[in-house]
Amino acid sequence: MAYSESVRNAYQEDLKSIRDAGLYKEERYIHSPQSACIKVEFPSGSELKEVINLCANNYLGLSSHPEVVAAAHRGLDDRGFGLSSVRFICGTQDVHRELENALSTFLGTEDTILFPSCLDANAGVFEAVLGPDDVIISDRLVHASIVDGIRLSKAMTDTYKHANMDHLEQKLQMHQDRGKRLIVTDGVFSMDGDLAPLDRICELAEQYDAMVFTDESHSSGFIGKTGRGVHEHFGVMDKIDIVTTTLGKALGGAAGGCVSGRKEIVELCRQRARPYLFSNTMAPPLVCGALKVLEMLTASTERRDKLEENTKFWRNGLLEAGFVIKKGDSPIVPVMLFNAKLSQDIARDLYAEGIYVVGFFFPVVPKGQARIRTQLSAAHDIPMLEGALEAFKKVGDKYGILGLDKKAIIAKYGN
Amino acid sequence: MKEMILEYIRNEYLDDEDDEDIELNETTPLISSGIVDSFSMVSLKRFLEKKCNVSLPDDEATPEAFNTVNSILTLVQKHQKG
Repeated sequence: MAYSESVRNAYQEDLKSIRDAGLYKEERYIHSPQSACIKVEFPSGSELKEVINLCANNYLGLSSHPEVVAAAHRGLDDRGFGLSSVRFICGTQDVHRELENALSTFLGTEDTILFPSCLDANAGVFEAVLGPDDVIISDRLVHASIVDGIRLSKAMTDTYKHANMDHLEQKLQMHQDRGKRLIVTDGVFSMDGDLAPLDRICELAEQYDAMVFTDESHSSGFIGKTGRGVHEHFGVMDKIDIVTTTLGKALGGAAGGCVSGRKEIVELCRQRARPYLFSNTMAPPLVCGALKVLEMLTASTERRDKLEENTKFWRNGLLEAGFVIKKGDSPIVPVMLFNAKLSQDIARDLYAEGIYVVGFFFPVVPKGQARIRTQLSAAHDIPMLEGALEAFKKVGDKYGILGLDKKAIIAKYGN
Repeated sequence: MKEMILEYIRNEYLDDEDDEDIELNETTPLISSGIVDSFSMVSLKRFLEKKCNVSLPDDEATPEAFNTVNSILTLVQKHQKG
């Protein structure tokens, strides 16, 4: 079929409706390595502006760390740029297996399989290990990649209200007639920054004979006393059956993900998971960079400790300034604004003040829950965060929202 | 029966705090509005089968058939008669 005028027009209409709904996503060009401070060209063609970055997943500040960059260079020199193969044909080097073993040790699991990304890990794992007689019971706020992965499996699906353990228990009771039961949750929920109650989830799993899956993408490297994840935080490292996580956030920030957990589950992924079987192996520089990250994090908790301090400072500062934030301990700190336009206006004004943040609204977050999601990094320092707080106060004051609670903000701006 | 289904949907799918403004009646779109996500339809199906003493075939328990309480009633009544 030719790319006819009517087809072109139809696509242009689709794009227009995305723009009209205010959902059109524009990239901002960054002219520096990922860091706490970055040089940004926005809008396209404008002069570069140096801003404090409060919206990266660079939680430990390792994305451009010299030791990680050097390790990636060595990987490039010693093992090459790429392998032009999937893993099981001729795409597995010694370093791939080393990284899988290092991840198993770090996450406290029996075995690990690498994927090109955590999205791929989540896309592949459910179909590989569950069939039509089984049921997947997931938290209603799990990440989109988990939703997609669950859709690809043939298992029955059900959900429980976000972090509601009574509701989960009801669902486990209801599905006692299924073959296998798998409870699925994010470790840290990416939009709210709250932690899944994995201790209680594991208790229920034991009581009702269910397996537990947790996606630790927003916790690996920094949640828990030694940064192993939410399962370490709640003391249930030996009770989790499947962990998925990413190497694209705190663990170096490049790319790659994994399924880690019970060895039979990992082995089945190696045989059946389609994103593993049909996509390229991870490039050697990324593998070697990630190995260095795990070595650094195993040697010292200094970076996750610094992140914890920065998080406390930031959360306290926002509360004292009179913002409404989502409570919790994670370095994801959502500043609640409830109104979509207000979230866009404030993000724009903060950018003018040298602070790079993004406003989120429906459908990325539920209706009436618009917010600016701030994310801390170990690469931030206190003077930098003090400057960012001053900018938040200035802009918050301009819009008259400091000291207002949810109801008052909605009364003023609507939701 | 209508009230019973509405009450179940309210308890099962709506959050007390964040969804207090959502108006729910027999014509409110459930699936297309996102109140009931397709992953959770199984709970509603099992509830209906138990409470109404019917068996709803999987190929008829579609998102379209579950989109409003009215369409759900039509499906249930068809199988009650059968």
